[in-house]
Amino acid sequence: MREGTMDALLVVEDIHKRYGKEEVLKGVSFQLRKGETKVIIGPSGTGKSTLLRCINRLTEPDRGRVWLEGVEVTSRKVDINRIRAQIGFVFQDFNLFTHLTALGNVRLGPMRVLGMRKEEATKLAQEELARVGLADKADAFPAQLSGGQQQRVSIARALAMNPKLILFDEPTSALDPELIGEVLEVMIQLAKDGMTMIVVTHEMGFARSVADEIIFMEKGVIVEQGPPAQLFSAPKHPRTAEFLSKITELYGGTEE
Amino acid sequence: MTGFYFEWSFLPKLAQGLLLTVEITAACIAFGFVLGVLLALGRVYGGRLISIPCGIYIHFFRGTPLLTQLFIVYFGLPNWGIQLSAFLSGVLALGLNTAAYQAEYFRGAIQAVKRGQMMAARALGMSRVQAIFHVILPQAFRIVIPSWSNELILMLKYSSIVYSIALLDLMGMGKRIAARNFNYFEVFVVVALFYLVLVLALSQSLRWLERRVRVPGLGAPGLR
Repeated sequence: MREGTMDALLVVEDIHKRYGKEEVLKGVSFQLRKGETKVIIGPSGTGKSTLLRCINRLTEPDRGRVWLEGVEVTSRKVDINRIRAQIGFVFQDFNLFTHLTALGNVRLGPMRVLGMRKEEATKLAQEELARVGLADKADAFPAQLSGGQQQRVSIARALAMNPKLILFDEPTSALDPELIGEVLEVMIQLAKDGMTMIVVTHEMGFARSVADEIIFMEKGVIVEQGPPAQLFSAPKHPRTAEFLSKITELYGGTEE
Repeated sequence: MTGFYFEWSFLPKLAQGLLLTVEITAACIAFGFVLGVLLALGRVYGGRLISIPCGIYIHFFRGTPLLTQLFIVYFGLPNWGIQLSAFLSGVLALGLNTAAYQAEYFRGAIQAVKRGQMMAARALGMSRVQAIFHVILPQAFRIVIPSWSNELILMLKYSSIVYSIALLDLMGMGKRIAARNFNYFEVFVVVALFYLVLVLALSQSLRWLERRVRVPGLGAPGLR
């Protein structure tokens, strides 16, 4: 345990990642409190997704450390599967298990990773599907669901593990515009319910209304971070202002 | 010689041969399935140390004639003190051979499973082995059914080479009957028809299986 990290659920310290010649992450640090929603924004290719993956080591960082409730995730001695079971991950392209129904997708983790009995896991899965508004789609296969529905199932899949936090990697970027709202609604409700979340997104409306803090990243470093009101109305860094005006133009300031 | 000389009394003998053909095929396919899956997993997930030997195995058995392999097992192994019955030799040689082919089909199917599936499984906290068993293989098996069906049918027919080690399978039995009665044409036409019926029955069951385990969004495109 490190000084000043006592009240933090997640501590990310000096993460570096290089792919060949290109250094994607050049030392990123931040902390996350329990119940907090952090939104990470920034131009494409600035390492936002890589950063998320480094947190649960789906991508192995070259340098730097991560702690989850005081347990060092990046330690070689840690059982990474145990850590990952406590961190939900929602992918841009859903990655639902193709051969399983919505229900099967949501209960697989509780059964195989948490060792829950089938009946118990089924009941839990049904509850989580109801929570994302898909109780009636339990028996549908992913291919029979719209993108928005698939993404809500994948959120239910993450929730069923009763995670300490959920990482969202551009959860609405692969969706048709008319399907984005239903996914954001679920995420907004989660934030209200006190779920701890890190969300990489281009949805500025969501960022503005839900985030406790926004991190603006560019070229592998954090350029600026702060509460949405401050970033949107009085950004300290000229690059932040430039990016925000450009992205608002592109995506509109919609969503709430 | 004129006319079509065939006696009903040949049929029980041929049926006996047919039974042996089915037994040998089933045994070698089952053996080849288990070994084939292991070889495919070794190739895809094994790392160099495991992947390369698996590759060598596959190249050897796909690159040499099945009959040669059968003779090595049946006539060659006794020189090393390994004496197997004709039946076991047949099953072993055919099984080792089909394992190599099945491994290639399984490898293709495993690699056809989308990359994100493994990642999503690992993100849930599954180990690699769990992810392979609960996520990758159930999908790969569905994807592989069409090409695996072809292999089954091929093996059913190739199993006829065991006549050369004096086994009385459908082919061997036919040869014995024909040699005694000098009615090669008649007997082998009937033998061929027996194989045909077996092949049709097998391909129908496999098609049924394919439909049975089919899942929307998985499997061969263009399937009815």
